[in-house]
Amino acid sequence: MKARLLDLAGLFATPLRPSHYLELVNPLWTTHRLQARVESVWDETADARTLTLRPGRGWRSHRAGQFIRVGASIDGLRHTRTYSISSAPERGDECITITVKAVDGGRVSRHLVRQIKPGDYLPIGLPQGEFVLPEAMPVRPLFITAGSGITPVMAMLRSYAALGRMPDVTHIHYAPHAYDVIFGNELKALAAAHPGYKLKLVHTRELGAELSQRRHFSAEQLAELCPDWAERDVWGCGPAALLGAVESHWNQAGRARHLHLERFQAVLAPVPADAAGGHVSFTTSKCETDADGHTPLLRVAEAAGLNPAHGCRMGICHGCDAVLVSGCVRDLRTGALIDEPGDKVQVCVSAACGDVALAL
Amino acid sequence: MSLPVHLNDTEIDEFGRELDHIYEEVMTSRGDRDAAYIRRVIKVQRWLALGGRIVIYASLGLLPYWGHALATWPAFLGVITLGTLMLGTAKILENMEIGHNVMHAQWDWMRDPEIQSSSWEWDTVCPSDQWKHSHNVMHHTWTNVIGKDRDVGYGILRVSEAQAWSPKYLPQMLYNTLLGLFFDWGVALHDVEAERLIAGEKTWKEALPTLKGIGRKVVRQVGKDYLAYPLLAGPFFLYVLGANFTANIIRNVWSYMIIFCGHFPAGSQVFTVEQVENETRAKWYVRQLLGSCNITGGKLFHIMSGNLSHQIEHHLFPDMPSNRYPEVAPRVQALCARYGLAYNSHSLGRQFGTTTWKILRLSLPTPNAA
Ligand code: FES
Repeated sequence: MKARLLDLAGLFATPLRPSHYLELVNPLWTTHRLQARVESVWDETADARTLTLRPGRGWRSHRAGQFIRVGASIDGLRHTRTYSISSAPERGDECITITVKAVDGGRVSRHLVRQIKPGDYLPIGLPQGEFVLPEAMPVRPLFITAGSGITPVMAMLRSYAALGRMPDVTHIHYAPHAYDVIFGNELKALAAAHPGYKLKLVHTRELGAELSQRRHFSAEQLAELCPDWAERDVWGCGPAALLGAVESHWNQAGRARHLHLERFQAVLAPVPADAAGGHVSFTTSKCETDADGHTPLLRVAEAAGLNPAHGCRMGICHGCDAVLVSGCVRDLRTGALIDEPGDKVQVCVSAACGDVALAL
Repeated sequence: MSLPVHLNDTEIDEFGRELDHIYEEVMTSRGDRDAAYIRRVIKVQRWLALGGRIVIYASLGLLPYWGHALATWPAFLGVITLGTLMLGTAKILENMEIGHNVMHAQWDWMRDPEIQSSSWEWDTVCPSDQWKHSHNVMHHTWTNVIGKDRDVGYGILRVSEAQAWSPKYLPQMLYNTLLGLFFDWGVALHDVEAERLIAGEKTWKEALPTLKGIGRKVVRQVGKDYLAYPLLAGPFFLYVLGANFTANIIRNVWSYMIIFCGHFPAGSQVFTVEQVENETRAKWYVRQLLGSCNITGGKLFHIMSGNLSHQIEHHLFPDMPSNRYPEVAPRVQALCARYGLAYNSHSLGRQFGTTTWKILRLSLPTPNAA
């Protein structure tokens, strides 16, 4: 019945939906896509900023530690990245925060840190991810974080504090210098207020470059900072190098089961400038083949026995568009590289540029 | 056979390369400005559609029936006309500057899931997947090739001497007028290829899926404009129906005029299948140029025509964002002048006038049809 009524209401807006017209009045009222309004911005450190977001209709509350997809338009082009939510679900104003650190060469993070202002709208996704604390079972966590890897753990700590149930926690956090510690003051305040929360800040760069290596994660350091580490469950988030070291240590100790890691930077292999050709997988038809750097992928697919939809075969009609799953292709007309998963590829005028997977 | 131009193959290739450069330059410079443009047009269009509907209802409060001081026929008619014009304008913008261009994948590069050629559905009875086939694939690939491009006369009109005359063209001025008034229905039935059905070249069974697709779309479109909104007006059903009907006619006549001026005015050329055999990209460019016509006008006129007033540029670069055609047009025109190629660009009056005259003239047999 309700669906019928909605369909009837939908008739008035067809071929759009009523939600498209609500969006004109307030983008937070839409149901056809989820957006958030930036309520305020706050500089945590010189290059990290917290954005307070008010999600629109269709949002559902997160669990501490989860992340969301956030879209940003740069030069007219939509980029999507994932960021951990740094606020606790218990925060009472229906807002969430994400804390973004501007990384060198990171176009999206720089844009979010430098360009976004209150009143802007950002497309977001629903909370996702398994990097969460068990709901029923009490645990003694050891948090190992570095840099902006603090963000999901911050949500957990805030959640504990909001519920007034701070357990026995050890938290090892790495940052280059004292002034680089995101949420530094809040962490210290938490440590002062909750005897169960033991904060171990490690400033990796303060000894000078040559000695800084010593400050990185090691077995000795762990034994010193958290002697009972073998009795704890670990949640770790940070750069790949740190997580790799943590992972191998716990594996060796046979405690891999107690390890929960959140890798916040996907390791993308950069496309070599002179890449030409590569291994091609057409994921929909489950077909694998090889291609050179100048044969259009439409011909490659046909040679492999597929019969993809197409029209003009010369880049006019977009009848051959296929979604890029991974890898990189080159537009043979302009030489432009297309390497963002989800991008559309005109297979009749694009060739493989390294290995590539297409939804075809 | 080759194209009717004085250039040799090397010169044509050179001409093509210069166009490639223009294309490349514009496509790599797409950015915030363009994204802001299309988003703004979409916003204005939606407000206009919403506003038009509201004004139409508001006019009902001015019907003499109510007996208050403002309730007079002139007041009612004035306001309902305003609402109808707003709605008609919204429909024109939606079909032309937004729908047509979005479905050409002009805005896919933004990666905005809301503005994608693959998922866009427009406010007319023609389903967009069928349109993308008959228009993007057939018309844009085979532009003005007799026997291939069904947009040459849309299967019912004789718009070129190259189409053999037959008595069925005698009343074509009448078909032409009806097509203008009910253009959206003509567009919807385009992919059914009715004339081939009648001639028995295509079976009804083959046409069935197409017809079903149209049927589903028609139910919603007709349901909206001629049932849902009028019903909302209760006893004033017919007024709202009339306003919606008029808005659709306004949209139809306008888009018909603009679209007929794209390829049919005097000076536009048609081609044979032999002429386009083994065509290079450069020759394809030349054919697009020779077969397309621009309409001169101001900024607003170009937007209201979906920038199809830059038909030449649109046919050279169908997936270039339409807001860039105005800046590309003078460059293309200068390029044509350098190569001594005709660039057919005239006022709406001249283009539409010669088009209509041609349709009238060609309803009669012509001596030695080419
Ligand atoms: S087949 Fe027409 S664009 Fe690729």
